[in-house]
Amino acid sequence: MSGFWIMLTGSLVAACCGILGCFLILRRMALIGDAISHSVLPGIVIAFLISGSRDSFFMLFGAAVIGFVTVFLIQLFQQSGVQSDASIGVVFTSMFAAGVLLISLNAQHIDLDLDCVLYGEIAYVQWNQLSVGGMEVGPKAVWLLGITLFIIATIISLFFKQFKLCAFDPALAAAIGIPVALFHYILMGLVSMATVSSFESVGAILVVGLLIVPPSTAYLLTDRLGRMIGLSLIIGVISSVAGYYTAAVLDASIAGCMVCVAGVLFLLAFLFSPTQGLVTRKLRHRASVTREAY
Amino acid sequence: MLNLFTDPNLQWILVGSMLLGLSTGVIGTFAYLRKQSLIGDTLAHAALPGICIAFMLTGVKSIAFFMLGAIISGMIATVGISWITRHSRIKPDAAMGIVLSVFFGLGIVLLTQIQHSSYGNQSGLDKFLFGQAASMTANDVYTMMGVAVLLVIACALLFKEFKLISFDSGYARGLGFSVTTLEQLLLWLVTIAVVVGIQAVGVVLVAALLITPAVAARYWTDRLGMMTILSGLFGALSGALGTWISAGTENLPTGPLSVLTATAIFVASVLFGPRRGLVAKLVRRYSAKRDWEAAENVKQASGSPSSKKKEVSA
Repeated sequence: MSGFWIMLTGSLVAACCGILGCFLILRRMALIGDAISHSVLPGIVIAFLISGSRDSFFMLFGAAVIGFVTVFLIQLFQQSGVQSDASIGVVFTSMFAAGVLLISLNAQHIDLDLDCVLYGEIAYVQWNQLSVGGMEVGPKAVWLLGITLFIIATIISLFFKQFKLCAFDPALAAAIGIPVALFHYILMGLVSMATVSSFESVGAILVVGLLIVPPSTAYLLTDRLGRMIGLSLIIGVISSVAGYYTAAVLDASIAGCMVCVAGVLFLLAFLFSPTQGLVTRKLRHRASVTREAY
Repeated sequence: MLNLFTDPNLQWILVGSMLLGLSTGVIGTFAYLRKQSLIGDTLAHAALPGICIAFMLTGVKSIAFFMLGAIISGMIATVGISWITRHSRIKPDAAMGIVLSVFFGLGIVLLTQIQHSSYGNQSGLDKFLFGQAASMTANDVYTMMGVAVLLVIACALLFKEFKLISFDSGYARGLGFSVTTLEQLLLWLVTIAVVVGIQAVGVVLVAALLITPAVAARYWTDRLGMMTILSGLFGALSGALGTWISAGTENLPTGPLSVLTATAIFVASVLFGPRRGLVAKLVRRYSAKRDWEAAENVKQASGSPSSKKKEVSA
């Protein structure tokens, strides 16, 4: 049973990240997930200091607030003329530094584990059950991620056309009257939500990996956005299921194995994708050269 | 705080942090101009599998072996990023993200392998990852001094070439430079700087040492030479101030303080930079508005009433 819950959690994270990652990749903001997942640290620490409990609700709230602050600051510096990659880098490192500082200032009150924030532990998902009226109805993380996925899927499918246009041609979108900035903030808000609700159970590294690697793999396999999202979902789910079994065989970190499987799938697409693959293109090139020679 | 000038141990840390800030600031300038600011973050994470493999092969917790492993896996990561961007349509930022997460994931798998097997206590690995500037010894400072001198000399010697590939790599190719080799060389210098930096401030914060001083310097000048020097100075200054504050108070680690000092310099630059700064922009806008208003007043006082009359009569 534990295996089922772990794979379900992994697949839910993969689904949330897979949908959003496609848009991030197209907008060349792939590393924003990495930035948010690191910069929520001070939010978690402040929430912990104020509430005094390790209740996940307060931590989630603190993390979500700081996630939005991060996105806002990145946008602010970008508008004042800093390159987007540099603005991401400056903001998240400063936030993380502030978080580490807060932890060390209050070291005697805090038993937060820095490793735990960064790596998470998907293997413990099933021990944290949600109970309604004394009945256990499944792990908290599954419910949280399920709700997140529902919100993401609803918003993206409602405004799919707008998001699509903003991703490919923001200038045209602005010209025909779509509020580009608003959709940017909605997308960033969704990314921040996905990151925050995933990292507690699976760790920052799995979030970042699933946000970037499966959508990139899908990007190499198709030219249509809708198909790219579908493929990225499938690849994400395959990575989490195969990653779980690999981890069981190797007796190693589950989140790490899931990311590694996603990496292997990317490598396969990179080499053998029917249209974009390195090997396929070489073969096609050779075939056309021989054809010309005759 | 006075003990800074008497305590020899603190002096070592101070010198080490300053040199580290100087060299990462200098090399970060080029990373920033090539729009690869986040390469530091990527390489810092990519160092993990190298460190783990070094530990598994040698079985000893030696900083020298860790650094060697980290540099080798960092170099493999840079080759991976260049490969992905050159041979597919994946953009550089996504390529960095892929390499970052897959290498780090692999590193975590190896780390759990080490924990589960009989390699014994691996606590040294954690220290290497989260940074321990306060426990820097004379030996570490010698290493840093060597690396800093190496990096600064390399940047000085190849200044013209790096300048060219930062601004116009097509032209550089036209002049007959091997752009690929130069790019790879620059990335390897960044790798060395990052690996040395990880020891002092940890995996996550090392990215700041590369980016923040360079962005701050960009606000003060338009000349690359000046920017490189300023960026190095800002880096050294934030290292020194971070160490100084952390020495004066209890429980404050050096790494985050240095990073926050650099952030403070950055914010000051955004506000008060001579031409691009926010204050300068506001002043310029205000004075332009005043000039325009003055000109309008003059027009209204002299010429405009008559011209209006003409319009009406026409």
